Amino acid sequence: MTDVLDPPVQLPPTPPSHDAHEEHGHDEHHGPTGILKWITTTDHKIIGLSYTVTSVIMMIIGGAFAEIIRAQLASPNGTLVSLSQYNELFTMHGSVMIYLFVGPFAFGGLANIMVPIQIGAPDMAYPRLNALSYWLYLTGAITMLSGFFTAGGAANFGWVAYAPLSNSVNTPGAGADLWIGGLLLTGFSAIFTGVNICATVFYLRAPGMTMFRMPIFTWNMLVTGILILLAFPVLTAGLIMLYCDRHFGTHIFSVQGGGVPVLWQHIFWFWGHPEVYILALPFFGMATEIIAVFSRKPVFGYKGMVFATLTIAALSLGVWAHHMFTTGVVLLPFFSIMSFLIAVPTGIKIFNWIGTMWRGEIWFSTAMLMAIGFLVTFLIGGLTGIYLASPPLDFFTHDTYFVVAHFHSVVMALLMAAMGGLYYWGPKITGYLLNERIGKLQFWFLFIGTQIFTFPLYVLGLEGMPRRVPVYPHDPQWKTLNEWSTFGAILIGISTILFVVNVAVSWKKYPSGDNPWDAQTLEWFTTSPPPHHNFYRLPQIRSERPTWDHNHPEHHALTHGKHPELTDDGLEKVPSS
Amino acid sequence: MQTPALPPQGATVRARRWRRLRLAVALPLAALALSGCTLPSFYASPGASTSSKSVYHLWQWFSVGAIIIGGFVCLLVIYAVLRYRRKGDHIPRQSQYQLPLELAYTIVPILIVFGLFAATLVVENKETANPATNVTINVNAFQWGWKFTYPGTNAFVYGQTTQDPEMVMPAGENVHFNLTSSDVIHGFYVHDFNFSRYALPGVKNEFTILAQNEGTYFGQCTQLCGLYHALMWFRVKVVSQSEYATWIASFNNPADEAAAKAAAKTTYQQTSSIVPTHGSTTKFGR
Repeated sequence: MTDVLDPPVQLPPTPPSHDAHEEHGHDEHHGPTGILKWITTTDHKIIGLSYTVTSVIMMIIGGAFAEIIRAQLASPNGTLVSLSQYNELFTMHGSVMIYLFVGPFAFGGLANIMVPIQIGAPDMAYPRLNALSYWLYLTGAITMLSGFFTAGGAANFGWVAYAPLSNSVNTPGAGADLWIGGLLLTGFSAIFTGVNICATVFYLRAPGMTMFRMPIFTWNMLVTGILILLAFPVLTAGLIMLYCDRHFGTHIFSVQGGGVPVLWQHIFWFWGHPEVYILALPFFGMATEIIAVFSRKPVFGYKGMVFATLTIAALSLGVWAHHMFTTGVVLLPFFSIMSFLIAVPTGIKIFNWIGTMWRGEIWFSTAMLMAIGFLVTFLIGGLTGIYLASPPLDFFTHDTYFVVAHFHSVVMALLMAAMGGLYYWGPKITGYLLNERIGKLQFWFLFIGTQIFTFPLYVLGLEGMPRRVPVYPHDPQWKTLNEWSTFGAILIGISTILFVVNVAVSWKKYPSGDNPWDAQTLEWFTTSPPPHHNFYRLPQIRSERPTWDHNHPEHHALTHGKHPELTDDGLEKVPSS
Repeated sequence: MQTPALPPQGATVRARRWRRLRLAVALPLAALALSGCTLPSFYASPGASTSSKSVYHLWQWFSVGAIIIGGFVCLLVIYAVLRYRRKGDHIPRQSQYQLPLELAYTIVPILIVFGLFAATLVVENKETANPATNVTINVNAFQWGWKFTYPGTNAFVYGQTTQDPEMVMPAGENVHFNLTSSDVIHGFYVHDFNFSRYALPGVKNEFTILAQNEGTYFGQCTQLCGLYHALMWFRVKVVSQSEYATWIASFNNPADEAAAKAAAKTTYQQTSSIVPTHGSTTKFGR
């Protein structure tokens, strides 16, 4: 950050990007290169990119597990995997996707890269802690997956590891310990990233970047960071208790020693439900940015959006026991109404997204298609979630495929937003666009595949098929529904392959320029990729869209509904009184 | 109506529009309310007990709401996507706030949510009530099977995995269940009761079910409990009260007991393949 120019009209119409590139290259030559650079770097962009690449690899691994699971379920008496292998597969599918893909991709990957740039900061507040986060995450991921190479196989007690199934009697293998260890490591990486994001947002904002001028994505990441700090330590504590129960003879979760098995569920879900929003909020943020940019409008109801995010975060800390309605040991009405109420801020967000598109000029780039796909799929997942907030309906559908279908609608929506984020911010990170034609093909495979994948699962759940079963009773209708679901999963698999193909095909092929989308927020003001400390100059920040204000002086400085009167030089008039 | 600023014609137009809107909303709702029983099933089923039927109706009404709201939002999305696709390099009006609209879509969902919650409470209180009963069944889940005992009698049923132990219960009478687990957490789930409850170690879970329709229903463990979780099946046979009394009495006569046990043994050993097909008498999945 060298100078802050004021007023913005003094800047040349576009920043001199090739100069910046030269300076950028000059800067980078001070440090090591190649693999040594990757290992020693504390640059948030490189760490974020490492996170992104690692988590996408995790997505491909978790997706491969999912395809094996769906292949096994395509027939009632499948023989592709054994009963115990199946338990390992769905456990590791859930664990890899939740712990190693969705979260790290969002707050370690894209947020790590984008949050500092969006607020005009040179790096994260604690660059070395940031590097530590990545290495803990990578170590944790390898630790968790290495369970497959142990004699007893990987963890097989489900991604929720309910006690007492997860104790040393029922699950004796080393795979379970590696699962706990891996999760502890990635948990710490999440906590450190949470600390980092909060500190960065609170202390490193550029001059003029007030809290209510931050992009929605940064807002959501701040709230996510706070939720991480509130929730993840609880999981860490629970995992240590679980490990002590397994190896040090404590009886925290075992009835024999006077412990309480349900305590594990309380601890797990006290982390687990905020975790749902730790996973979802970043993607809400991505979708918000994408929809605004490709509708060429500001985010509709910006302040409502921020308050909705805060409300979701607050409510999410009081709803954990809706995962435990059928335990018979929780107060049903309280957790029911709290869960119902989450629909309200979520609904506000959905209407705000539609409001942003309303009377816009919608450009259907791949990123925008992914964001709209996210909106629709998330709507389905959200509406079916409302059923599950009602205890009688939860008794009816708990642990059946209805629940599986519900949260797969949600997480597949998040995956679409994630892909949208990659198509949207990819050019900023790499300087190159991805192929739009393949991207659109990928979108349609992903979107249609998701609906074909989830819809039969809803029906199967309502007809009584429990989750986590490798075999199911012979029934021609169940078989047909499962076949359809498997077909949908294959389409989703093809979409993932198309993404990999797209990366390979577009490799350094389509230079993007600094701002290919006529975007609004600060990251699009700097070069693509940004220089070592992100900015050589900053525009004047007078609204939450500094880049837009700079590029469109005629639509200058929209400050939350009030259109300020401008003087002839394009400056805001100072009220005379 | 408080619209003093509007000219008289404006007020009448608005009133007419409002009347039309009311009609458009009220007519289908009234039609739905009148034909309450003929609502589509939305893939659920009324089941065989009193509470399963209330749960089913709750399900239907939730589905009606979900489809109306979801359909409305989908229409908005489709309209926006079709109507506002980019036509040129024109920059649209940079509008950002519309406070009355934002308040509307905050307040209306809150009202809807409290409505859903109220409906939930009614059904939930019915379902979780534990009235006094004459029949009690103790259900014990273990890896990987079920044991059903009938306190005060000699009757018991026991079976592992695909032996399909068959719990017998009377129709038309409140039956009290005490659900426990010997080892890990299991899920007691009978699809035709639209009901499930965890069997927890160290906890006695109690609930009451009033089965109305006689028949044999499929039950299964729904909470992951280890290797043979997928095969931890049982059946629920709902019989008339006289048949139930006869069945209980068959365990009381010591001479008959051995015969009953022997008979039971043969029925339990019915399976050899890992997943047997169910006989035509068993209803499951629907």
